[in-house]
Amino acid sequence: MRRTLIESLTRGPLTEPAPAPDEASLAEIAKSLDRAARARLGRSLSIREVDAGSCNGCELEIHALGNAFYDLERFGLHFVASPRHADVLMVTGPVTKNMREALLRTYNATPDPKWVIAVGDCAGNGGVFAGSYAVAGGVSDAIPVDLHIPGCPPSPTALLKGLIALLEGTNRNARKA
Amino acid sequence: MALLDRIPHSEIADRHRPWPRASVTDEGWGCAIDLLAGGELTLLGLWGDAPDVHMALLDERANDAAVVSYRSKDGKYPSVGARHAPAIRLERAMRDLFGLEATGSPDARPWLDLGFWDVRHPLGKQRPAQKPAPYAFLPAEGEGLHQIPVGPVHAGIIEPGHFRFTANGEHVVRLEQRLGYVHKGIESLMAGAALDAAAKLAGRTSGDSTVAYAYAFAQAAEAALQMTPPPRAAYLRAVMAELERLANHFGDIGAICNDASFALMHAQCGILRERTLRAAQACFGHRLMMDVIVPGGVARDIAPEGVAVLRALLAEVRKTFPRLVELYDNTASLQDRTVSTGIVRADYARRFGAGGYVGRGSGRSFDARRNLGYAPYADLKFEVPVLGTGDVNARVWIRIREVEQSLELVEQILDRMPGGNVRAAAAPKGRIGEGVGIAEAFRGDVMVWLRLDGKGRVARCHLRDASWFQWPLLENAIEGNIVADFPLCNKSFNCSYSGHDL
Repeated sequence: MRRTLIESLTRGPLTEPAPAPDEASLAEIAKSLDRAARARLGRSLSIREVDAGSCNGCELEIHALGNAFYDLERFGLHFVASPRHADVLMVTGPVTKNMREALLRTYNATPDPKWVIAVGDCAGNGGVFAGSYAVAGGVSDAIPVDLHIPGCPPSPTALLKGLIALLEGTNRNARKA
Repeated sequence: MALLDRIPHSEIADRHRPWPRASVTDEGWGCAIDLLAGGELTLLGLWGDAPDVHMALLDERANDAAVVSYRSKDGKYPSVGARHAPAIRLERAMRDLFGLEATGSPDARPWLDLGFWDVRHPLGKQRPAQKPAPYAFLPAEGEGLHQIPVGPVHAGIIEPGHFRFTANGEHVVRLEQRLGYVHKGIESLMAGAALDAAAKLAGRTSGDSTVAYAYAFAQAAEAALQMTPPPRAAYLRAVMAELERLANHFGDIGAICNDASFALMHAQCGILRERTLRAAQACFGHRLMMDVIVPGGVARDIAPEGVAVLRALLAEVRKTFPRLVELYDNTASLQDRTVSTGIVRADYARRFGAGGYVGRGSGRSFDARRNLGYAPYADLKFEVPVLGTGDVNARVWIRIREVEQSLELVEQILDRMPGGNVRAAAAPKGRIGEGVGIAEAFRGDVMVWLRLDGKGRVARCHLRDASWFQWPLLENAIEGNIVADFPLCNKSFNCSYSGHDL
């Protein structure tokens, strides 16, 4: 363990931008997200993830936001265990009829002000599962949605971009008000 | 002796491949149940195709498989679950979807139909929905017992399902699962779908196993169409399957340690997982490699720089992974949580035909890559690790050993990759046929059965996740453990909700 720890200290963080172009755009996104998050939320945006029927592909990429490369928590964005602690609901999947009520209850348990991000193609309109007897539709067919991040599944970079869009959008609205 | 020689049957379907499918009457059906209950055969699947009920069987000693079909009478067939418990949930699901009733079934409760659909029996004779009776959880009686309901929405970033614990203080007396929340009706969407649309659906049955599902679906479609993918496509499929296994095993090893509050392993394994996904993106244009495997071959060849990317990945993993294994092995506080926790009994693993690390951690030596030897694995050298203790620790070690085997496999595949086309010429569409495919996903064997109509469309497709035979064992493995160890046990199984709920 000592070797791993010492090496981690001396090697420098993985989160440093690397020369590859997608890495550069990641760094850019990271900077912009940091600014917006501080301005609007003072480093405290809590996200509750709700799987409303996904194939679990989106969950894998949302999980990846927490790894050393993306390190979502450095922006003050973190996932919480209860909707009662959340500012944002990140909802994946087509909304199955079997999950619609649970999603509604989760939404109602989230205090205002709150935002809903529909993550993935299925969350948009049901995706490849649209039209099934067991599917109620996209997330907006069950609860109001503020932002949709497309992709099957969206990459962690696309998810970060979506979070910026949400933060900047809510910032503008706040100024107008 | 071939498997079907042991079961009295009448006609053998002439367009079912690669295993035979035979029609049976009460005698043959009863005989098959005897062989299952006696431990001679393993249940691979049980599904509806109204008015028929199909059952896939495996003879593990001979590595021989077959499907038997029973024509239901007035929507009824003799229950398999009455004598062979692994069939119970499959029968409950079949009743919900088709209205086919298992006579003598020990469990009359619904399974996938939670009472929110507009129709009953959506794949059979549809009826308007009725208000469901309250779901009766199995009782647990005794002094000082209390219940803990958990889910469907859980605390972490995981899939939804309901767990009903009955506990005495900290000790779990009974766990009962209630699943079906992410049921999307995949098999109804499959019916009538064109082959490429159906392949996409198959690849979204369980996102973490998208490669394995596309692999099994392609095998089934190719069997039905009697076509063989080019050798290069077979090798590319195996590269993707091993990358998927590596990525998931890295994620799981880290997440299991994280559930024992050892975050360092989680962080380090997360790096290896991310590197694997980035390599997949560079090679095949998608981090999870969705929709790359298609019936007839693969949709695109590996990128020109792909081989170098993969060799760099192998070098990186070989450098860092052994140190993480050492860290796992030498951290007493971690071992204290994983050793002797959540034991799956070897006889249960065998009876349920539990695949993947759940079965192999409890002494069941079965791996579809080796036992069924589908292309290209029959040409490759690898070992199938097996352990006997059946605890969380064993399931971690199986994953560790499989990571090592997958690294060897990727290297062999890269060394021996044949040239040529990656996709066979389109098959004639006018062929009616049935096919079955099986692929070893990271969590166990995935089976896909399908029947094509004469127009290149899917008439019926059934997908069976490894989780069907693992979820019930989790209920048993947690008994007598403390509630706080449930996340650890659950993570060590990492069953699919979506793959199970369909």
